[in-house]
Amino acid sequence: MDSLNLLWGGLEAAVTPENLLWAALGVLLGTFVGVLPGIGPAMAVALLLPVTYGLDATQAFIMFAGIYYGGMYGGSTTSILLNTPGESSSVMTAIEGNKMAKAGRAAQALATAAIGSFIAGTIGTMGVVFFAPALADIAVEIGAPSYLAITVMALVLVTAVLGSSKLRGFIALFIGLTIGLVGLDLNTGQPRLSFGTTQLADRLDIVVVAVGIFALGEALWVAAHLRRTPLQITPVGQPFMGKEDWRRSWKPWLRGTALGFPFGAIPAGGAETPTFLSYLAEKKLTKHPEEFGKGAIEGVAGPEAANNASAAGTFVPLLAMGLPVTATATIMLAALQSYGIQPGPQLMTEQPDLVWTLLASLLIGNTMLLVLNLPLAPLWAKLLRVPRPYLYAGILFFASLGAYTVNLDSFDLFLLLVFGLLGLAMRRFGLPVLPLILGVILGPIMESKLREALALSGGDSSGLVNEPLAVIVYVLTALFLVVPIAVRYLLPSRFDRSDDAADDPSDERELVDR
Amino acid sequence: MSTILVGYTPDEFGKAAVRHAAAEARLRGYGLLVVNGSKGDAYVDKRYAAPEVLEHVGDDLDGISYEVRQVVASDVADELLRVAGEEGVRLIVLGMRHRTPVGKLLMGSVAQRVILGAVCPVLTVKPDTEPV
Repeated sequence: MDSLNLLWGGLEAAVTPENLLWAALGVLLGTFVGVLPGIGPAMAVALLLPVTYGLDATQAFIMFAGIYYGGMYGGSTTSILLNTPGESSSVMTAIEGNKMAKAGRAAQALATAAIGSFIAGTIGTMGVVFFAPALADIAVEIGAPSYLAITVMALVLVTAVLGSSKLRGFIALFIGLTIGLVGLDLNTGQPRLSFGTTQLADRLDIVVVAVGIFALGEALWVAAHLRRTPLQITPVGQPFMGKEDWRRSWKPWLRGTALGFPFGAIPAGGAETPTFLSYLAEKKLTKHPEEFGKGAIEGVAGPEAANNASAAGTFVPLLAMGLPVTATATIMLAALQSYGIQPGPQLMTEQPDLVWTLLASLLIGNTMLLVLNLPLAPLWAKLLRVPRPYLYAGILFFASLGAYTVNLDSFDLFLLLVFGLLGLAMRRFGLPVLPLILGVILGPIMESKLREALALSGGDSSGLVNEPLAVIVYVLTALFLVVPIAVRYLLPSRFDRSDDAADDPSDERELVDR
Repeated sequence: MSTILVGYTPDEFGKAAVRHAAAEARLRGYGLLVVNGSKGDAYVDKRYAAPEVLEHVGDDLDGISYEVRQVVASDVADELLRVAGEEGVRLIVLGMRHRTPVGKLLMGSVAQRVILGAVCPVLTVKPDTEPV
């Protein structure tokens, strides 16, 4: 019950008018970017990083948490009304949700998504409250070799298991790791990959990299594909649910939560797998199988709960071990670093105020989402009518402003352009963005752990595997890599779904934006 | 056969334009070319007609030969003029929406651009008006 007391303390700290204002702002901004396809919470947080330097860390994180949850919610609105998933996590919602909307039940679909998200987010956040401290207690004991092993596992899983093409995933990962290498070697002071320029001898600022890849890359991509046939949106009024809808929704909400949270919490998280599993589960368990494919409310309730529970779950590895597994969490980790806070197992003991206020503000933000979004749904739908040139002009303005304010050096604008072109190229060739950004952030952390482990063993490579945990993790990683290939080889017919997606860059791009 | 071009939007303005154009077509024995356009730069454009709506455009056009066309172009006014020139239409009919000077500055006016650029007569109509 210690955790509950700490959470209560966090709630007391979070419920100040100013903090509530930041939470509300975050939630609104998050929904805004979530509703618009292509613009995700990761981009929003990256764009806001320089703006938040003036705030203290707690307030910035309250806002980021709001953006994260708001983005989830906004994505489901677009999925249901437009059949275009705003975020990768709402792909499954679109299947039944849009059918419901077409059948005139958009209000119910939006309501079950919003209430399900709220319930799953709340239960998920409570899960973080109980699991993260316990995990952190264990994680503090973990030595450098095991920490390195876990980081490697996270990178490999995110790269190889999520996403549809391993090759593209690893290309993106290694580009990211390379970008992470730029700058002075922390041990020896030698410049690496700096090409003789003094600006590159400093480490690349994560703001410039993230804003370039997410914002500029996306803007260039949209500029290259500006005109397309407008989509038909389903008109919607106030979301509400009837008695029958409640009766059919509450079980899928809870099942979705149970599926989503663990997937978020393991370092190979992400919402695609649990939302897919939740959809399959609901399809199997439903008493109305005839409605599936025509707009079954269970098919919206389950995946929506799963995606929010998994979003909550990703805070477990982030807070307890400093391991992010989604793009948004990665940028948040970079934000922590920019405040001079060292993420890792010691975070919970060294910065308890920050952690508990953040967790409390997740609960508050979640409640705000429900209160704000149910009445505002028709307004959010109108947002889709904004012409893209206006939208992206604004984004480019903030991107350049942000990149410049980091060091007040015009060289950063040049770097921004370089990373923007890289982002465009990645979208063009269907390279996922998540492994790249994870590589940039985790690369240096991984390197320092590698150095530490090798220093302890006097440079002997056996120092990397002299902890049992490290060995277990490496074995698990190898299994994760080999088993799917083996299964696929032995049972080729059962994997049609991934085959379909393998060579479709646009499909893959949808899957990386979170 | 000579043709009348109608700038169509799925609202009262578009309906009025089709109504007036139909009257002209019956009077002169012309055909109708109904064009619905969008700039296509937003995810959703309420002035881009849904297929179900377009199916019903011809409901009141008994006895008139008509064609419905949807276009996505960077400038809808230019596109209307281009189609008009290509098909050699004899008359363009547009629904006219009221815009304040500021609104015109912000949103532009397709009707104004078509009137200024057209080489044939242009008939602009308001909702709730009946053909002469």
